[in-house]
Amino acid sequence: MAPCEICTTNRAQILRPKTRSRVCGPCFTAAFEAEVAETITTTHLFQPGERVAIGASGGKDSTVLASVLQTLNIRHGWKLDLVLLSIDEGIQGYRDHSLEAVKRNSADLGLPLKIVSYEELYGWSMDQVVAQIGKKGNCTYCGVFRRQALDRGAAMLGVGHVVTGHNADDVAETVLMNLLRGDLPRLSRATSIVTSTPSASVNKDGGPNGAVSFTNVKRSKPLMYAYEKEIVLYAHHKKLDYFSTECIYSPEAFRGSARTLIKNLERIRPESILDIVQSGMDMAKLVPDTDDACKGSAETAQTEESAGGCGNANGTSKEGEMAAMERKLRENEQAEQDGTEHEVRLPAKAANGQRHDRDTTNLDIPIRTKERRGNRKAGRHAATPAQKLGQCERCGYLSSQAVCKACVLLEGLNKARPRTDIEVGGSGG
Amino acid sequence: MERNIPLTVEFTGGLEMLFSNQRVHKISIPARDDRKEPSNVGFLIKHLCDNLMKDPRKEMFVIDDSIRPGVLVLINDADWELEGEDRYELQPNDNIVFVSTLHGG
Ligand SMILES: [Zn+2]
Ligand SMILES: [Zn+2]
Repeated sequence: MAPCEICTTNRAQILRPKTRSRVCGPCFTAAFEAEVAETITTTHLFQPGERVAIGASGGKDSTVLASVLQTLNIRHGWKLDLVLLSIDEGIQGYRDHSLEAVKRNSADLGLPLKIVSYEELYGWSMDQVVAQIGKKGNCTYCGVFRRQALDRGAAMLGVGHVVTGHNADDVAETVLMNLLRGDLPRLSRATSIVTSTPSASVNKDGGPNGAVSFTNVKRSKPLMYAYEKEIVLYAHHKKLDYFSTECIYSPEAFRGSARTLIKNLERIRPESILDIVQSGMDMAKLVPDTDDACKGSAETAQTEESAGGCGNANGTSKEGEMAAMERKLRENEQAEQDGTEHEVRLPAKAANGQRHDRDTTNLDIPIRTKERRGNRKAGRHAATPAQKLGQCERCGYLSSQAVCKACVLLEGLNKARPRTDIEVGGSGG
Repeated sequence: MERNIPLTVEFTGGLEMLFSNQRVHKISIPARDDRKEPSNVGFLIKHLCDNLMKDPRKEMFVIDDSIRPGVLVLINDADWELEGEDRYELQPNDNIVFVSTLHGG
């Protein structure tokens, strides 16, 4: 049995996919940590003393990310102020178990934990969404809501930088998906370690006393060069406590075909994964306006972000459905403006919103469907090019459309909510 | 006739769902396979599918009679690629771990 190529004493336990070197467990975990540290330092990812929220799902990627960042922060004296940030989608029997894993990680690592729920942000838990619309298409809602939820949660904490556990396999999958769909502008965001940068144009929305606005949160993925295989092996050799399951609402969407292709390529030639990542980065440089695309609409990054969530290709495969839904809602809006539909507009789940207002100091966080603005403004927004970065006219989130996807989806949900339910909610406020 | 080989088999990363939601299984398998060859990991995988798996979603574990790409196999805590993959001949009290990398959190 061949010994470790690094220490030359211990038994080799890991065949590293990118180099095919044979190393022992301790040498592997040390090398893995050193490589993540190198990624962070060469890209100048963090400022000394920066407050950083780790998007923590309780799954393998974010569990490893939290453990490695905490280890490196102590080892290298980076003085980062790390906090775990979890999103509670409100899925009984799924998220409640993974949140328990996050709580154990929080205790083990000694990092504070903040949990924000869809219920408090949007007035709807995923269980309620599914009760309303059924299981079909619910991943669209979950993905759109999740994207904003991390930014809103970070702003609640006053943290301007969120790191997520996206790995090299996720990035390679996204590169392939974008190639297959001919969507080259999106390659830039998929392959950038920093996926959205605070934009000067929206700084005016920063709260008083330098508070962080949810439109101004930096996103990055420090593990984007780390193989999924090595993340799982790191968790195994460090005996990290993570939770793995399928979302109960998308059990069949276990992995998409692009993922299967990636894993088949890895078996034949493990270097393929990082080669695809590198190819994506090189191609992104050739695409015009990639800089804008990179800084551009946070919302269109939803496709990429969904990979870290329910772990399937739904964010991409449901694009058509999303477009159809937006079209339908816009038709409704038009009908309303034409006076062909007479519906009394009520604030979305008023009781909920008000309870939330009392409980938090940052009033800008929850989305509440505001009064419809004048047609003039909507018209102006509709005339702008789709890729141009703007802000949602209802909630203020970065959006390439006049109304962001989350607000479009919420409008559909709130309209469909049984009237008695709204009355009960309204009378409580 | 040779005795059976006692083994510890472990399923993690979501694979435990296929095996009665139980992570660690103490099992024993015949020392020789159907062709009277010493039992190897390939034979163990077939044995697990035929005898231990309680869930119909076999394709989450095995595709075309081999381990699904994205499922890692550890033989006594080492990558099975370092040990000869499915041709590794099982020894008494070996510890075989199957870890899925395919499940999200
Ligand atoms: Zn070593
Ligand atoms: Zn909005």
